[in-house]
Amino acid sequence: MEHTLRLDGVRKTYGVGTPVETEVLHGIDTALERGEFAALIGPSGSGKSTLLNLIGLLDRPTGGRVYIEGQEAGTLEDADLTRLRGRSVGFVFQHHYLLPEFTALENVMMPILAARGRPDQEMRDSAAALLDRVGLTPWRDKKATDISGGQQQRVAIARSLAMKPALVLADEPTGNLDTKSADSVFDVLRDINETSRTTFLIVTHDPRLAQRCDRIIELVDGRIVSDRKNPSVVRRG
Amino acid sequence: MNRFAFFEFIVAFRFMREGLMQTLLIILGVGLGGGVIIFMSAVLSGLQSNVVRRTLNFQAPIVILPPNQVARPLRAETRAEMAVQVQPRSQQLRSIDQWQKVREQVARTPGVVALTPVVSGPGFAVRGDANKAVTITGIEPETYFDVIALPEKVVAGRHHVGPLDIVIGTELSADLGAGVGDKLRLATASGAAATLTVIGIFDFGNKSVNERSVYIALRSAQNLLDLTGGVTALEVKVLDPFAAETIAETLRAGTDLQVDSWIRTNAQFFTAMAAQIVTNTLIRVFVGLTVALGIASVLVVSVIQKSREIGILRAMGTSRRQVLRVFLIQGGAVGLAGSVLGSLLAWTFLLVWRAVAKNPDGTPMFIIEMEPSLFAIATVGATVVGILAAVAPARRAARLDPVVAIRS
Repeated sequence: MEHTLRLDGVRKTYGVGTPVETEVLHGIDTALERGEFAALIGPSGSGKSTLLNLIGLLDRPTGGRVYIEGQEAGTLEDADLTRLRGRSVGFVFQHHYLLPEFTALENVMMPILAARGRPDQEMRDSAAALLDRVGLTPWRDKKATDISGGQQQRVAIARSLAMKPALVLADEPTGNLDTKSADSVFDVLRDINETSRTTFLIVTHDPRLAQRCDRIIELVDGRIVSDRKNPSVVRRG
Repeated sequence: MNRFAFFEFIVAFRFMREGLMQTLLIILGVGLGGGVIIFMSAVLSGLQSNVVRRTLNFQAPIVILPPNQVARPLRAETRAEMAVQVQPRSQQLRSIDQWQKVREQVARTPGVVALTPVVSGPGFAVRGDANKAVTITGIEPETYFDVIALPEKVVAGRHHVGPLDIVIGTELSADLGAGVGDKLRLATASGAAATLTVIGIFDFGNKSVNERSVYIALRSAQNLLDLTGGVTALEVKVLDPFAAETIAETLRAGTDLQVDSWIRTNAQFFTAMAAQIVTNTLIRVFVGLTVALGIASVLVVSVIQKSREIGILRAMGTSRRQVLRVFLIQGGAVGLAGSVLGSLLAWTFLLVWRAVAKNPDGTPMFIIEMEPSLFAIATVGATVVGILAAVAPARRAARLDPVVAIRS
């Protein structure tokens, strides 16, 4: 079966050729199947964010290979990499990072607009449907800065799904939210995962959140120290 | 995929709208700079064409004169040790040899639109106790007015001189106290004199011309200056005043006469004009550079301010080229908006100038043409300058590492 994501001996070294050369990832091998809902945990400085950037094609590994939907990313030119990223990977950042210049709906449309160039009704409709799915229809024409943190994060989730990516990467998606908002955001992620079989990889510090994922990958000092299915999760549906 | 698409425009304009104060200030800056450039260009070209027009009011673009008389040493230069001093000879008032033939020949020269024979020499205008040195110009009214627009400059009386008529300038008229209908005596050094009636008074807007020039009939001048049947010069009008020197060269090659173009006789004026063009151009270039640097610096700041947004855009699949275009569009838009504002400002300056810069008599000091082409060039130019100024910041934005940008 084709993996949504496969990592083969992925290494990352910072400051190559300088006296402060440091390898932060020492050969990561793992894979995510379609529809998996995995947590990536580990202490600060363990290399979680670095790994997420490599998987998200925002950065290139120093060694090893990253495959997204069977496509090896290392061989791609910059422009093709950008295209693959736009098409296959959705991001949800800790600080929601919406574009403050645009409304909620426009933020969700943005990835499609960037790919297609000109806005059309279909684009608008699908963005509206995504906002509806995260329960934000009443706020869709509000500026990104005029809605609450939890709502902003839900807009970011809707945006990450705009291109119907195979893989969504979430970096501490609930890190900045109170418990109630965090739960509702997590529920949205879980719901999308179950209904559209989108693969999720969620970086988190929150053990409570990790326990609600199907699989928990633990990273310590740039190595995977444990990778286990989570028996405590009873899948719904 | 649509390559030149709305996406970049939408993002660019939202970025600009978000930093509205910044955008408005730089547009105002570009507008002021652009306005100054347009205004200076208009004034310069206005000044130029006015001075040219005024000079050519009373001066023909090309004047053909008899060759200068030279003294030739009789002794052949065979022995080097022999010292010879050659006294340059004085120039007599002479007629152009076979001037009718020369006239026909010149008339056939391409670029020549009109020519007229004149007799010109020194004399005195005498009325009562007043006595003024003048330059007598004997003209053939039928052809002279095709070359020199004297009729337009006549402020009182008529201009068509008959054998006993004279047209004088405003200054001379005041000096002699002679108005239209009054008589005055015109005398020359040889002792010849004639009593003529003032039939017209002209004003060329030039004091020395108004003071010194008098116009009488060709034949009267020939008699006074003792040049029966002869003319001292042929005055030539050409289609393009700036081609006068080229045509003069052609004429020089075809005859052994002295051919002076106004470009040569006004060499100082042209040097001054060239100096003015250089300084004016320098000022305009520096204002343009300042405008470009202003746009660039605002965009550099904007790239830093927006680096997180750029990172997000990159993360969601926006290409480097798209980011590049977002900032180029901002540069172009600022240039375009600024130049429109600049055009309006320049237009206003020019209207104010027109209202303020007037001669004491209420006529405009000089006419400034508000040429639409100038505004069009300024608009296109400013847009291009804006885009060029945006190149460095835009490249910087496009090169931003999304990982670093997002974490900034």
